[in-house]
Amino acid sequence: MNRHWTIGLLLLAGAALSWAIPRYELLNPYLQATLMYLGINIILATSLNLINGYLGEFSVGHAGFMAVGAYASAILTVMLLPVGAAAWRFPLAIMAGGCAAALTGLVVAIPAFRTRGDYLAIVTLAFAMIVKSALENINAVGGPRGLLGIEGLSTMPWIFAWTVLSVWVIRNFVYSNPGRGVLAIREDEVAAELMGVNTRRVKIRAFMIASFFAGVAGGLFAHLLQFISPRIFDITKTTDILVMVYLGGVGSIGGSIVGASMFTVLQECLRPLGVWRMVIMPLLLVLLMLFRPRGIMGLRDFPWFRPSVECPQRPPETHPS
Amino acid sequence: MAYLFQQILNALQLGSIYALIALGYTMVYGIMTMINFAHGDIFMVGAFLCFVAATVLGLSFIPALLFSMLGCALLGVVIERLAYKPLREAPRVSAVITALGVGLMLEHLTLVFSPYPRHVPALWSSASWHVGGVTLSSLQVLIIVLSVLLMVFLDWLVRRTMLGLAIRAISWDRTVAAIMGVPVDAVISLTFAIGASLGGAAGFLYALAYPVIDPYMGVIVGWKAFIAAVVGGIGNIRGAMLGGFILGAVEILVAAFLPSTYRDLIAFALLFILLICKPYGILGQPRPQKV
Repeated sequence: MNRHWTIGLLLLAGAALSWAIPRYELLNPYLQATLMYLGINIILATSLNLINGYLGEFSVGHAGFMAVGAYASAILTVMLLPVGAAAWRFPLAIMAGGCAAALTGLVVAIPAFRTRGDYLAIVTLAFAMIVKSALENINAVGGPRGLLGIEGLSTMPWIFAWTVLSVWVIRNFVYSNPGRGVLAIREDEVAAELMGVNTRRVKIRAFMIASFFAGVAGGLFAHLLQFISPRIFDITKTTDILVMVYLGGVGSIGGSIVGASMFTVLQECLRPLGVWRMVIMPLLLVLLMLFRPRGIMGLRDFPWFRPSVECPQRPPETHPS
Repeated sequence: MAYLFQQILNALQLGSIYALIALGYTMVYGIMTMINFAHGDIFMVGAFLCFVAATVLGLSFIPALLFSMLGCALLGVVIERLAYKPLREAPRVSAVITALGVGLMLEHLTLVFSPYPRHVPALWSSASWHVGGVTLSSLQVLIIVLSVLLMVFLDWLVRRTMLGLAIRAISWDRTVAAIMGVPVDAVISLTFAIGASLGGAAGFLYALAYPVIDPYMGVIVGWKAFIAAVVGGIGNIRGAMLGGFILGAVEILVAAFLPSTYRDLIAFALLFILLICKPYGILGQPRPQKV
């Protein structure tokens, strides 16, 4: 019980801060923007970790889902919903972005999960490229020039709320009954099926949840940057998210948060180095993989992300794939 | 009709370059079951080595080609020794992420030294012939013939020599191959060298055919070649060649008969459908799941 109080208090403090920081300008705008991108990155990393870490698949299409969510929500606020209307407009747009991404996730998942491993990678990769070039060919959303004139609706409290919500949902999913099925599939798909896990349904469900939050992150991103173009969501974006996930550690919610934070902070700290920054970041990643191949957290998690009654986990050394 | 033949010729040219790159992916995958995502950037380095050979060193065609291929082979071996070898027993995904990291590093190191797109001077004084309305440039013929020669050589190497036997043995079972006396480390390094030199050759030919090069050129071409390797059935050398030519043909024909902005869209959609119908690629064998 004690733990729940601490978490509740921390969340309350976070919510208060996220309201107070922009209100009283406690931080300069640059730091505020960095914090907001950090929140979006946490959502992206946690949701990709659900597929790549917990489910043990290798998806490289996360930027594609992000693009679907970003465009869907931006089209809603720019073209369809009345400007300046009620307060429900922005959450509705973000929800719609998430749902659009989840539906796309379903469309991809049904054929994609007929295969496993590297072939899933290629199907998701092809999907991401299809999304990008489809967007480039739709003139109604600006084609390759991108979509301009998006309002800056992503404020710090909203991003804080969505970050907490996505971490909370994904964490609860992982430790729920179907979530145990997800872990079972990662450890051994055949054995999981023999033990009565409906592998197909569990995989599709996990994939849809992950793409939903990728879409949410995309929507928040669009309303923070106030400009989106197909180029933003290319393969480099996916690589960034992959780096966050594997930097922090696969199969670990805390790891995704640590990874996204380190990635965002390092990227900002190394900015004075100019182009060399872009050499040093991947170099750090390679060194990390060489000396700590499972990332910083590597299948472990902070105790406060774990349920109170813990099932015995297999030691990390025996993890296959 | 002449238009169609012209496009088929273009498709062969692009397809042979994709096939050369796809071979690098498929060889490394065959021997280590690892997707070497840095391979597209090795291709890019090959194109830049071509630029260096042509401008700084002033080499002629054949020495410049060898320079590109050897440079890339060396780079491939260095990457394998430093970045991939320590990870052989780690989870496969770590090696894949390392490969992504190495690829990014290569891109941005090139960007540090060459922040602007470069124009590669013509190393080959290209003549063109007109045969019944079809324009045939000697460069095109050269690219196609050279890539086909390299592919035939590789096929012979893998199927008919001791080195090929060792490569196939390792891809069958690395541990048993080691017990049987195959020098596993050396053979894996050699495989990387061969794959990377083919990538270098592809970069060289690409730079001659499409002479504006930039550090990010390897990303899209590399991913496409990877898709070609998967379409053919990854791990299968003849499959990679087939996949490369199919991808080249699809891209060129779409660009020829539809607005060219639809090229990537339709090419990838077709591949998507193909993978759904034949999930293990055209020539690939499904591996049974062991309980």
